[in-house]
Amino acid sequence: MRPIELVRFAAGAIVAHPMRSVLTSLGVVIGVAAVVMMTSIGMGAQQRVTSAIASLGSNLIIVQPSAARLGGGGGFLSQGAGSGISLRDGDVEAIRKQVEGVVAVAPIVRSQAQVVAEGANWSTRVEGVTPDYMIARDLGLTSGRMFDEREARQGRKVAIIGQTVAANLFGTGDPVGQRIRVRTVPFEVIGVLASKGQSSFGQDQDDVIMAPLQAVRSRLVGRRLRGDTVMNIYVKAEDGDILDRVQEDVTNVLREQHRIRPGEDDDFGTQNMASILQASQAAVATFTVLLAAVAAVSLLVGGVGIMNIMLVAVTERTREIGLRMAVGAKRNDILIQFALEAVALSLVGGLIGLAIGVAGALGMARLGSWPAAIPAWAGPLALGFSILVGLVFGAYPSWRAARLDPIEALRRE
Amino acid sequence: MIAFNDLRKVYVMGEERVAALDGVSLEIARGEYVAVVGPSGSGKSSLMNILGGLDRPTSGTYAFAGEDVGSFDDDQLAEFRRRRIGFVFQSFQLLPRLTALQNVELPMIYAGVAPGERRGRASAMLDRVGLGARMGHRPTQLSGGQQQRVAIARALANAPDLLLADEPTGALDTHTGQEVLALFRELNAEGLTLVVVTHDPDVAGEARRQVAFRDGHITHDERRAAP
Repeated sequence: MRPIELVRFAAGAIVAHPMRSVLTSLGVVIGVAAVVMMTSIGMGAQQRVTSAIASLGSNLIIVQPSAARLGGGGGFLSQGAGSGISLRDGDVEAIRKQVEGVVAVAPIVRSQAQVVAEGANWSTRVEGVTPDYMIARDLGLTSGRMFDEREARQGRKVAIIGQTVAANLFGTGDPVGQRIRVRTVPFEVIGVLASKGQSSFGQDQDDVIMAPLQAVRSRLVGRRLRGDTVMNIYVKAEDGDILDRVQEDVTNVLREQHRIRPGEDDDFGTQNMASILQASQAAVATFTVLLAAVAAVSLLVGGVGIMNIMLVAVTERTREIGLRMAVGAKRNDILIQFALEAVALSLVGGLIGLAIGVAGALGMARLGSWPAAIPAWAGPLALGFSILVGLVFGAYPSWRAARLDPIEALRRE
Repeated sequence: MIAFNDLRKVYVMGEERVAALDGVSLEIARGEYVAVVGPSGSGKSSLMNILGGLDRPTSGTYAFAGEDVGSFDDDQLAEFRRRRIGFVFQSFQLLPRLTALQNVELPMIYAGVAPGERRGRASAMLDRVGLGARMGHRPTQLSGGQQQRVAIARALANAPDLLLADEPTGALDTHTGQEVLALFRELNAEGLTLVVVTHDPDVAGEARRQVAFRDGHITHDERRAAP
């Protein structure tokens, strides 16, 4: 017989009981929708973590004043909040001179300060940096310029301000050339930072003022620090492949600088952004797989529902099966007809589930300002899985149908 | 065309072995009209199941047009039923979801006949049994006699060598039963071989040969001249 006829038989049986067919495939609908939504959430979370970490700068090593472990205490989220104060200008110079493959070595000090301009005032982070910091953090300007090495050394009172600060102090006006007061110290705005995106770990990266390290250290945080102290050092490697080696070299140089004897613990810590990124991605991936696995269980339950109804259908249609055999259907024809019915039920459920899943993922992304990340393979995977579910759970009922004795089947009332 | 030789069919029921057919030998020639009669449990149903390729004998041989049907496997039997046999059942056995036309098409679908040709042949067949105007009706919209005529059209769909009817008028009133029997007479006159299993003496009287069964044996095999 022609294979297309078997497809028609299966379709005819499904259409004959529309309500039952819909209810039967509901389990698969929910299962597939859940799997699609869960993977999308997982992928969205992964993208968000990745972009959050990437926004710190690529190929970056962050040196902290005291050893902090990844994931413990504040972790790398609280750089600069370390207890010991052990990093100095000398360390920066030593790294710059002794470590190879480094494109930027950027010391930083931070402070929180009230900033006033033309009557408007705003409380923000003030970062004392060097021009290298722009390179280390992959920062750009939308207008004006960065201060140069000479201005940095002299501790000139010039400032680069972030978008949020610009908006709060100057509205839509051009801040470049304007004067601002940071606490009581006057600065001249010479540049505006390009936006680094809204939040990374909930922090507004555009809510910041950058000024020469010397100026910030002596004028704004001077009393609490020795004159040559820095809070962090950002070291940017030429490329990601040598990051581990650079991290090791930085550690060695600093141990030497700090005269730490072999066997003693470091009085500083280094965080490798690549390994942090890897670790967080692995964590999110595990989380995603877990979510998808839970969702897959409902797909399984959907399959059991299909098997249940197919068994009922085989019993109900025993006489039909006997008649088909009497007019010449082979056992395989019956087997394939019922298997196709199960697969079709599951597949239709899968298609509807996919549509609901995609819509749900987009909806949730919208609600939670979450990147919508529906993986390209979600469609083929969902459909593949629903076909598989139909085959697996349709196999037994179809086999039962095909094994019927035509004489018994025809006699059944 | 049909030759049974020392056919036996034994059913095992628990400890007991029941011989439904106990050494039956029978020949039926092409074009014959045979009535198989006998009380319940005489073995006539077993004979019919084997004759129609729905069951296999326990021992003995069954040859149909030179083919050793007794040794066929399931797939060969399915094909044998499709090509050689047309079944007519007491309870019609029409598929309720399908129209008259679709019911008649069903055997041709399994025979791989293309849709266009299939439809043409099925409607010609329904015309032949006098239901040309009711092709789109479903079984529930047809009377018993009409349903049985649809079933006969279906049985004829693949141009079988043998029409096998099991109590074909058992569910019909006398009048419609007569219509079905008249149709059988015409078909036989056109050369179709018919075997009818029945309790009803009137139905059996239609046939030109009567084979009586009792306890798995043939007790009586009588031919009479054409009426």
